[in-house]
Amino acid sequence: MNDNVLEKLKTLAESAKYDVSCASSGTTRKHTQGSVGSASGWGICHSFTEDGRCVSLLKIMLTNYCMYDCAYCINRRTNDIKRATFSVSELVDLTIEFYRRNYIEGLFLSSGVVRNPDYTMERLVRVVKDLRLIHRFNGYIHLKSIPGASRELVDEAGLYADRMSVNIEIPNETSLKTLAPDKDFQSVYLPMQYIQQGALQSIEERKHFRSAPRFVPAGQSTQMIVGATADTDKDILNLSSNLYQKPTMKRVYYSGFVPVNEYDKRLPALKQPPLVRENRLYQADWLLRFYQFSVDEIVDSSFPNLDLEIDPKLSWALRHPSLFPVDVNLAEYEMLLRVPGIGVKSAKLIVVSRRFGRLSSWQLKKMGVVMKKAQYFITCNELPFHHTVNELTPERVRGLLTKGAKKMNDSQLLIPFQD
Amino acid sequence: MLVFRYDKSFEGLLTAVFDGYTRREFPDLLLGEADMPPLFFDEIADIYTDTEKSTRVWNGLKKRMSETALYMLPEVWLSELPEVDMLLFRYIRKTFDSKQSIELNFGDPDVMELTKIWKHVSKERLRVIQFVRFQKTSDDIFFACIEPEYNVIPLVLNHFTDRFHDQRWLIYDSKRDFGFFYDLKKPVEVHLDGKQWDGNGCLNDQSAAEDEKLYQKLWQGYYSSMTIKERINPRLHRQNLPVRFWKFLPEKRK
Repeated sequence: MNDNVLEKLKTLAESAKYDVSCASSGTTRKHTQGSVGSASGWGICHSFTEDGRCVSLLKIMLTNYCMYDCAYCINRRTNDIKRATFSVSELVDLTIEFYRRNYIEGLFLSSGVVRNPDYTMERLVRVVKDLRLIHRFNGYIHLKSIPGASRELVDEAGLYADRMSVNIEIPNETSLKTLAPDKDFQSVYLPMQYIQQGALQSIEERKHFRSAPRFVPAGQSTQMIVGATADTDKDILNLSSNLYQKPTMKRVYYSGFVPVNEYDKRLPALKQPPLVRENRLYQADWLLRFYQFSVDEIVDSSFPNLDLEIDPKLSWALRHPSLFPVDVNLAEYEMLLRVPGIGVKSAKLIVVSRRFGRLSSWQLKKMGVVMKKAQYFITCNELPFHHTVNELTPERVRGLLTKGAKKMNDSQLLIPFQD
Repeated sequence: MLVFRYDKSFEGLLTAVFDGYTRREFPDLLLGEADMPPLFFDEIADIYTDTEKSTRVWNGLKKRMSETALYMLPEVWLSELPEVDMLLFRYIRKTFDSKQSIELNFGDPDVMELTKIWKHVSKERLRVIQFVRFQKTSDDIFFACIEPEYNVIPLVLNHFTDRFHDQRWLIYDSKRDFGFFYDLKKPVEVHLDGKQWDGNGCLNDQSAAEDEKLYQKLWQGYYSSMTIKERINPRLHRQNLPVRFWKFLPEKRK
């Protein structure tokens, strides 16, 4: 441990930071005698960087040497950046010492591809295996599966990692082929399938033998880059929705494209990353996972892209004014969830507390309902004192709700593609 | 106006509930022993904390509400907010006077208020779990100093005992001047006189372990490399990482 390690740490963190996955959730594990640490089911963020993203795991690359030349990646072979490689003992020591000081929840290990996918994967597996078996590390481990890695290695890795992920990066194969000539969908989907099969098999085995080993108990995740290709939100969300059908897929992350290789003419020139679009995609993702929306309700061929000015739920509600107003004292939970301004928490509060008596707008406000939005879509004890969306027309409501909002920075709307 | 005077302890509050039901009259105001009484009042009744009475109230509550709601009460008490005792008093009375548990009646202002305070306390508890930063001392104790807004250190002990069961640690609340020391068996409450750390909770050079500075430097280096410059968002940053914790975090120290 010395300044040399500090330099390596900086270089490899710099290379790993564009991976957005950060969650340390999905596994609950108490300490066992002789081991270090535990895992808490909901995940804990230990710090936040100045861009507002959380630091939960020690997100690091084993090496940033890479034989691939993907246009969107900072670590592409042709980039002239500082390269470094950690030794197993350095990485293990850093993880344990950081963990003991409560800096991190665990390790998120990724790597550039050196020699071939299997060689790289084998080295990653060796680190996690050492950490778990020799150093008895019991905290969270998220391991990146290298695209194209063989089944045997994924099967072994799954025994030590809590979560594994393979990044799709680009939502359709033709664009992927253009930007990353060395990759194809096969190399991404196969490891994904191995992980799923391993996990399902382990669940089945554990029904018969309680001591059967767990296999990636926190499931898998993936990530897509937003704004690097001409794909619409419809393409992206349809792909996410399909991925969520898989039993082990827990999260799909969206990463606003940060132009790290500005010289590459295959990529659009952006003044700044498409942060608003990224945010809207996350909101749509939440609608899919927690609000019982289906993907065709959020985007379809007539609305292939999400509205950047208003959130997807409000946008859906304004397209379907005939379903409103909703009576909060009578409506079903599923319908409450669809009201703009009512979230999962407030919908649950409404359902349990309306048994005790009719609810009024001041009570809804205290429960956390955003009345500014919800007032046009609900009736309760005394509402509507305003007109609802039906009398006001959706355009008027839209105008009222976007009035005074900060003017959109149109550098994000403008994506000049060159073909 | 009836005033109850008690010792400002949770048991004292439960005793006050018991005495209220015995007297069949309830206070309009709760005072601590040192507080000034208001200008006009009819009677001040002194409440003598009695574990037998408070246990009976506690057991009564146990029968009338779910365990989750029951343990909210002492946690809300730890918020140490000025009016919180009267709120708890009203909540407990409503629980006893109602046929069914009131814990889910969020239309009731007291239930909502109590839930809200409980959420604040839980959030602060979570923040302590997130932002405690241990420093290794020369005698291999992991020391952390923090100043939570509410008195939540007692609520994080289970988490830290489970996670760091094989290392000796000390978490100190420098605002309330007490802490808990875990010596590989169970955490015990301690009060320290000779402080070996500065205002930022930083250990002195002679009491810190040899490699402590190095790991802090490594962590700082890692932290600053993780920031994506194109996405800087100071407002979100401060929202997630409140400024009041900054002085205790090595990564935010200059």
